[in-house]
Amino acid sequence: MILTLHSFWSRHGCLILQPYDMPMGAGTFHTATTLRALGPDPWNAAFVQPCRRPTDGRYGENPNRLQHYYQYQVILKPSPGDIQQLYLDSLTAIGVDPLLHDIRFVEDDWESPTLGAWGLGWEVWCDGMEVTQFTYFQQMGGFDCKPVAGELTYGLERLAMYIQGKDSVYDLDFNGNGVTYGDVFLENEKQMSAWNFEVANTESLFDAFRKAVAECENCLEAKLPIPAYEQAIQASHVFNLLQARGVISVAERQAYMGRVRELAKGSCEAWMEKNGWVA
Amino acid sequence: MTDFLLELLSEEIPARMQGKARADLEKLFAEQLAAAGLKAESLQTFSTPRRLALIARGLPETTQAVSEELKGPPAEAPDAAVEGFLRKAGLTRDALETRDVKGRATLFAVINKPGRATADVLADAIPAIIRAFPWPKSMRWGTASQTTESLRWVRPLQGIIALLGGYVVPCEIDGLVAGNSTVGHRFHHTGPVTISGVEDYASALRAAHVIVDHDERASIIRDGAMKAARDAGFVLVEDEGLVIENAGLTEWPVPLLGRYDPAFLEVPPEVIQLTTRINQKYFVVRDAAGALAPAFVCTANISAHDGGKAIVAGNEKVLAARLSDARFFWELDQKKTLEQHAEKLKSIVFHEKLGTVADKVERVAKLARWLCEEGIVTAKPLPFRGGVGVGNESRVVSDAPTPYPSPEGEGLDRAHLATLAEQAARLCKADLVTEMVGEFPELQGLMGGYYAAKEGLDPQVAAAIRDHYKPVGQGDDVPTDPVTVAVSLADKLDSLACFFSINELPTGSKDPFALRRSAIAVSNLIFSNQLRCSVHSMIAAAVAPAMKIPAVATLAREFEAAASQFAGRPLAMTYDQNVAVTLVAFFIDRLKVQQREAGVRHDLIDAVFALGGEDDLVRLLARVHALQAFVETDEGGNLLAGYKRAANILKKEMPSPLEGRGGSREAAEGEGQSPTSEHSPLPTLSPEGERAFEHEPAEAALIAALDDAEPRAIAAIEAEDFEGAMAALAVLRAPIDAFFDDVTVNDADPAKRAARLGLLARFRSAVHRVADFSKIEG
Repeated sequence: MILTLHSFWSRHGCLILQPYDMPMGAGTFHTATTLRALGPDPWNAAFVQPCRRPTDGRYGENPNRLQHYYQYQVILKPSPGDIQQLYLDSLTAIGVDPLLHDIRFVEDDWESPTLGAWGLGWEVWCDGMEVTQFTYFQQMGGFDCKPVAGELTYGLERLAMYIQGKDSVYDLDFNGNGVTYGDVFLENEKQMSAWNFEVANTESLFDAFRKAVAECENCLEAKLPIPAYEQAIQASHVFNLLQARGVISVAERQAYMGRVRELAKGSCEAWMEKNGWVA
Repeated sequence: MTDFLLELLSEEIPARMQGKARADLEKLFAEQLAAAGLKAESLQTFSTPRRLALIARGLPETTQAVSEELKGPPAEAPDAAVEGFLRKAGLTRDALETRDVKGRATLFAVINKPGRATADVLADAIPAIIRAFPWPKSMRWGTASQTTESLRWVRPLQGIIALLGGYVVPCEIDGLVAGNSTVGHRFHHTGPVTISGVEDYASALRAAHVIVDHDERASIIRDGAMKAARDAGFVLVEDEGLVIENAGLTEWPVPLLGRYDPAFLEVPPEVIQLTTRINQKYFVVRDAAGALAPAFVCTANISAHDGGKAIVAGNEKVLAARLSDARFFWELDQKKTLEQHAEKLKSIVFHEKLGTVADKVERVAKLARWLCEEGIVTAKPLPFRGGVGVGNESRVVSDAPTPYPSPEGEGLDRAHLATLAEQAARLCKADLVTEMVGEFPELQGLMGGYYAAKEGLDPQVAAAIRDHYKPVGQGDDVPTDPVTVAVSLADKLDSLACFFSINELPTGSKDPFALRRSAIAVSNLIFSNQLRCSVHSMIAAAVAPAMKIPAVATLAREFEAAASQFAGRPLAMTYDQNVAVTLVAFFIDRLKVQQREAGVRHDLIDAVFALGGEDDLVRLLARVHALQAFVETDEGGNLLAGYKRAANILKKEMPSPLEGRGGSREAAEGEGQSPTSEHSPLPTLSPEGERAFEHEPAEAALIAALDDAEPRAIAAIEAEDFEGAMAALAVLRAPIDAFFDDVTVNDADPAKRAARLGLLARFRSAVHRVADFSKIEG
């Protein structure tokens, strides 16, 4: 499936990239999305990104909710006029028949409070299940996107469930030879859910958050937007872990998200400056 | 006459925006026509997820030719003035006419505007409509979005059909050129769909699997969902909002029935219904007995070639995952007691100036206890003795058991009730930190109620946790169980007192903390449960604890410091009194608004409230009802007329410092604010004084009538029989009319004059026993 998507999007002019090697909540955090969404230069890329969402952990008990899963991400800048059709063609390419399955574009305005970003678009439904997030970025890191990029984020496991006709992600056939997704990941889900929700040392997490913030500021002072942005990614992930541990109150939550947003915005600003782009 | 078709094709428009978009399109189009002096015989609008369309029938081919005349300066005016006029008229000097205006040669410009082709008007109107379209949210896209000035639309705009009488209206916006073709269904049709005009628009699209009329799609969904449920032996839970939403998500709707594992029914039905409706936009169904059944109806957008089997299977899978999540939350939340959950409220901010939710809970718990201990909220309501207008006459002093809706409440003594109310109040916000309410905030209260019941807490406590947010709006059920009433009342009074203490009052259309709604909820709770208490004391009890909040204490110090500096002497009013007075006034104001809707005259509320002593809302409203019934009768109207005549004479002859605005301030203060006391500064005349001269018959009759009526009115009021009090006063009508007819007040004899003015004053104060009639309008 990934190979089919790679070849499809490669044919349509995308660079095929590799995952970013840091824990992050979504493919949108990849520098190939966030930073490249800024500025006037065209940019077309596709890549797989593993995502970690500690609060979505269900100890392996939910058929389609996981704390670690894979997204397939396509970014097309500027957004092509036929982007919806391209997307639908890519679904057909991986074996989703739109006259057998009910494909729908349902309003979903995307906003990332931690990235200072928002866009309009849809969640794409396949028989009532969200399989893709489709967004026209309007702002990133607080800056207007000029031009607007179209972002497609496929939920790989969910799509595979449709194609293979499986009711649970853990039953997915991994290799066509008896190995399932559950064989590979079920134990991870159980252990990681336990760690995320119950075990993770909150003191060291708070400490890690403070250190990431300090390091980001350090990088910004040195005018190094990419390492600064990496620290913002790190802070965001640590914040998600703290959320899962339930140690951040509603009031503090806003303050923490604001802190991460400042880091992301600062990195984007430094990136704009470095490239000589004006807001 | 001709017809016009406009279709604006775009990427999927959010379902919730389509209704308003149709109305906006019609409005903008009509405005554009009107600006050109055109009017269509009819306008119709349609929407699907991908298009917004308008059909105008009976349009003139051209606009009317108009001739406009402008009057200019006199012919001999200086050149500069003439030139200015020429610029304004857009003409040259030789095109002007000279006419005689009152003997003066004056320049006139006649501007002839020929009729304009409607096609030209539309060619300008279409881009203007698109640019001005008021989408709630709009976006930029594509290569044009290099600048932030590019065209904005709700989602990328893909095409325009503009056909006037079958011909394309040539127009263009941001590179998009109007034409005569559109697209059909995304999956059922490929290639362009060419439209020849208004007549074949809907049929050509129908052939391409698009039902362009939203109402038709809605009825397909409504009927189809009902049939799908019925065919499977269920009853559809109708939901018009879902019908409209699904019509906005489909161009070719196909309702399909799916099922889920009955084991999920252990999760509360409200949770299942909510996740099904909100997350999946499915209808739920009930079995013959009315219980939620393990099936649903979804609406697909295609006629699948397997008859929908794969779609149903897919949707079943999604719902199973959603319900599995709901069950996960349901079980996880129950691993802790509500008391343990409530611990977390200490870290949740209620309002930045007002501390945490735990602080609020503490105040609410104490106030709920107080309401019970004071006997304001009782296990059995105190029967209202007078019972006018509230429909409770059957309750009057009856020894039979009151038809109180909560039999469990009976027999509770005050202390027990207070304990339960305090316990319920302490737990009532605990569900805010549960997973389920985190996922579905709409379930606040309800989940707490379920968890309390699961824990085996007293059913009244569970019910109070569940219902303490009620009544939420007009028409919502008003709680009647005493424990719920106490918690609900305490919660709302506390919010009102706290926000008023930090000066967060509603202004205009802004009421971010829903304080108006809270005030109305408080009065509904009071009326529905016939709670007998003084509003002032209830509000004072809510305000006192708010004063201990640090931010409020700071404000109080500032207020008192500022006020004493200004006045230079000890304060007339402390901060808490000030807050309470403002809050009572707000409360009465909301009461008037609310009662106006129930047909109660606000001037009558003022008339009773102006008596000052009346702040028991139940009694106040009963008085107002009796008063309204009375003043609307002939007797009441005439008595009011007599009262006004008497009051006018008194005002003229003996201006009272209370009534005369010009009266000195000191006098007004000295007089005090109790209007039940004698209004008039007249020399008080003893009955002997009244009889010191020979009374005229009408005068004597009035005195006799007053002697008779006054004690009866007083007795009736004490018995809370306000109709009786009105009836007692009604007998004064004939004597006062006769008095005005036969007796001269302004008698030459100062003793007679004084006595007669005194008599009028006595009449006025007798009337004031039921209400301050001077506040009554008309």
